[in-house]
Amino acid sequence: MIAIGVVLLIVGIIAMAAGGGGEHHAAAGEHGEAAATAHEAVSWSKRLFVNLWFNNVYFTGIAITGLFFVAVQYVAYAGWSVLIKRVPEALGYYLPFGGAVMLIVFLFGSHDIFHWTHEYLYDVNDPRYDPIIAGKAPFLNTVFFLIRMVAYFVLWILFFNWLRRNSINEDLHGGTSYYHKSIRISAMFLVVFGVTSSLSAWDWVLSVDTHWFSTMFGWYVFASWFISGLAATTLTVIILKQNGYLKMVNSNHLHDLGKFVFAFSIFWTYIWFSQFMLIWYANIPEESIYFLERLGGNEGKFMPIFFINLIINFVFPFLVLMTRDAKRQMIMLKIVTIAILFGHWLDFYLMIMPGTLRTGAGFGFIEIGTALTFLGVFLLTFTKGLTKASLVPVNHPFLEESVHHHV
Amino acid sequence: MTKKFVLGIYDDEDVLLQAIENVRAAGTNIYDVFSPYPVHGIDDVLGIKRSRLPIVAFFCGLFGTSFALWMQIWMLGFDWPMIIGGKPHIALPAFIPVTFELTVLCAAFGMVITFFIVSRLRPSIKVNVFDKRSTDDKFVMAIEVKEGVTDLSALTGLLRSNGAIEVNQKEVIK
Repeated sequence: MIAIGVVLLIVGIIAMAAGGGGEHHAAAGEHGEAAATAHEAVSWSKRLFVNLWFNNVYFTGIAITGLFFVAVQYVAYAGWSVLIKRVPEALGYYLPFGGAVMLIVFLFGSHDIFHWTHEYLYDVNDPRYDPIIAGKAPFLNTVFFLIRMVAYFVLWILFFNWLRRNSINEDLHGGTSYYHKSIRISAMFLVVFGVTSSLSAWDWVLSVDTHWFSTMFGWYVFASWFISGLAATTLTVIILKQNGYLKMVNSNHLHDLGKFVFAFSIFWTYIWFSQFMLIWYANIPEESIYFLERLGGNEGKFMPIFFINLIINFVFPFLVLMTRDAKRQMIMLKIVTIAILFGHWLDFYLMIMPGTLRTGAGFGFIEIGTALTFLGVFLLTFTKGLTKASLVPVNHPFLEESVHHHV
Repeated sequence: MTKKFVLGIYDDEDVLLQAIENVRAAGTNIYDVFSPYPVHGIDDVLGIKRSRLPIVAFFCGLFGTSFALWMQIWMLGFDWPMIIGGKPHIALPAFIPVTFELTVLCAAFGMVITFFIVSRLRPSIKVNVFDKRSTDDKFVMAIEVKEGVTDLSALTGLLRSNGAIEVNQKEVIK
């Protein structure tokens, strides 16, 4: 009931953003085509598919880490987060849409995105036969890939609905039985997510660079997803509060969210550096090609993004959010979370583009249009989800603790 | 030199917090409050300002970062250049782990040492325990008595009326 007002307000903006994005999109098709043919042989459809893919991976990650955050809070018996828990919970409403888009894009654009989907790589008699990729065939084949993709989404959506239904029933009927059940569901989900987050990262992002491999990659993508999810949660909480909702949320809750954002920016950097340094130090060609493509290779196209990525996602949040006061002020948190959301969008851009579009990548209308469209749809599903229940879980046993939270 | 203190003994946390507020509002300076465990919100009612230790930590950390970078660049780049793994003499990525460790080490040690200095903690220190029960199940509020200034009976009344279960006096050698 509290949220209906917000949504009416936000939906208006979103409808414009999404509509605007859509128009951009149509225009971008033609524009991109002209630009692409002029530059390099990257067709506009390929560019579109790659963009759809990487945006969808990014937003699906935010959605699923919202659920992950809630599950962690349940398992940890956390009290402070009860007031804001409905926000990350609602992020998951994007999942069905994300799954559908993922499936469609893969069915129609798999050759454009994934090199390994080409049949000839596995044919010994074909001159283009690739023994390395052929060796990965038992895992990396279209059928198994599709089965896995469907399995991730089915599991995720299942757990999302289960946890969400429990949470809403708790509002209606009260009692602690729903809480205890939620803890069990969360624990099961965390086990499932521990496996599926890594697997999905290998499938959706790592397999773009089929020859390359990195044992850090599952963690790396998870770190990027989780910090984006935290930034999205924090930003939404602040916007809701500034519009007069979530009145009981005070600077103590923001402080804790700020700590999460701060800590996981560093966590992401730690993973980033762990991956980078070992590859840099060992300097084995088949490994270092990954960073070569992102630095000097591809005409040096990705070098600026490579460094901007580190500055936005590490240096900036690290220095700005270091003090206690910054974590308790809405304006600082807002600036940092917006920067992080953009920064990790760039991070995914950097993960996918060099392996697919190579020198044909850029920032044209297709990139902006796709991103805006996805942002619009994401906000629409997310805010609609937010309105479906009270913003405050009224019968949560730790609600009182959260209201009096003090750090 | 001996100093005289009035000790208000409390056995309830909420009563204590209320009492601190009232005693301070009455214009009495509280020397210190002793408690068996950290009481939530006691810093605020006692008017204790937030520690500035984080600032020390930041600068110690900054020193650690600069020191580590300078040390490695000077040693491996200028004083005794060595080729390690075919990398350039000054290979920043390889310096990051050491830089990180020294930053953490300097920040942590800097903080602890500063804390010891500021709070005058040292091995030879003699601690006056006002009331041993403050390590068990009672809260002790200590108020310094200034000869000729403090009205003892009024102070005792004030503590009593604010829920102290006992009011004692104690002289300690400072």
